[in-house]
Amino acid sequence: MDSYTQILKNGLWANNQAFVALLGLCPLLAVSNTVINGLGLGIATTLTLILSNTIVSIIRHHVGNEIRLPVFVLIIASIVTAIELIMNAFFYELYLILGIFIPLIVTNCSIIGRAEAYASKNPVGASAIDGFAMGTGFTAALVILGAMREILGSGTLLANAHLMFGEAARDITIHVISDYEGFLLAILPPGAFIGLGLIIALKNVIDKRIKEPRKQIVELPLTPKKA
Amino acid sequence: MAEKKTSMIKAGLVLGLFSLVGIGLVSLTYSVTHEKIAENERLFLLKNLQELVPQSIHDNDLLADTIQVSNAEAFGQNNEITIYRAKKNEKLIALIATPTAPDGYNGSIKLLVAIKENGELMGVRAVSHHETPGLGDAIDTNKSEWVFSFNGRSLSNLDSKYWRVKRDGGEFDQFTGATITPRAVVKAVLKTLQYYQAHKAELTDG
Repeated sequence: MDSYTQILKNGLWANNQAFVALLGLCPLLAVSNTVINGLGLGIATTLTLILSNTIVSIIRHHVGNEIRLPVFVLIIASIVTAIELIMNAFFYELYLILGIFIPLIVTNCSIIGRAEAYASKNPVGASAIDGFAMGTGFTAALVILGAMREILGSGTLLANAHLMFGEAARDITIHVISDYEGFLLAILPPGAFIGLGLIIALKNVIDKRIKEPRKQIVELPLTPKKA
Repeated sequence: MAEKKTSMIKAGLVLGLFSLVGIGLVSLTYSVTHEKIAENERLFLLKNLQELVPQSIHDNDLLADTIQVSNAEAFGQNNEITIYRAKKNEKLIALIATPTAPDGYNGSIKLLVAIKENGELMGVRAVSHHETPGLGDAIDTNKSEWVFSFNGRSLSNLDSKYWRVKRDGGEFDQFTGATITPRAVVKAVLKTLQYYQAHKAELTDG
């Protein structure tokens, strides 16, 4: 069994579902046009992951090998439908924006992927933490990409925050660039692809830096120049 | 053989059990949330309608006083559309039609068109569409003020041949890079006004 810190590190960085496993790209690219949209879908996905991982782990000894996939699908579909209904009831306007991508969480490969690869083989506590870590990693990806696209695309940050945090949050929208004309490419799907590519590249650079042993800085004695 | 049969039956039972539990979970959530969801939908619609026809000018329940009309040519769809009526002291003040502009750049654009009793437009809103972000979505009120250019227009103060975008020799602005979207909206609004003019009596009574 992995230690909890290891699980968290895996979900957030080393095996990030969006940046490393490249799973769930369809919702990632479609919904990451603003921070709030990304956060909304990210939280819904995280909840689904925690619940599905926990339940799959609880039943892992009682479900035969040949029917485990249909059972996982049933569990995930039920959870997502329930979450969809709850969002429809309590975050109606956000639900209207996220629209079809809430029910489509069912088809996010990372959820059945974690159920099969992790939760079906590990104890309940570790599985729940794994769901949380993977979900948070996915949410972080959505939020980072969302922030990038929102700033470039429309010059704002946290627009429509009231959809999630209530009327009081209406004013927390930050106009990063005032009187911004907008940059269409960033809002459209190609902008999401390019943005995702850049972030993955950046992550790879950071990973490489960490891996490489730091080069010793040798101070050379300054030799006075000859006049 | 017998063993295989038992394991198959057992697998079937387990699957059935999980289906039942799943259905139970979804039904439970539904029963807790469905009233709230219906209420959300009602309030959202009412909010949209009242943006066009403010509560202060009528005294009836907009959502209760509706009629259904069907005219594929005027409203851009084969289904019946709902017309909401605002009345004060039983007298019609304004009505809101829900036509569709079928020829948007990316499919149909659902509209709300509010018309005063005298045929003057009180306002137009796009309630759902799939127009290109940054180009065609300037029909949304939070993106541009274009849709307000309908306010106060009527068939009597603007001849129907000028109900076009400027590029087609009409009165309404098009957007930079997007002519199809405003063209579709202008056309749908014009058709709704013409329908109102021709069928005013039927829409007012009853």
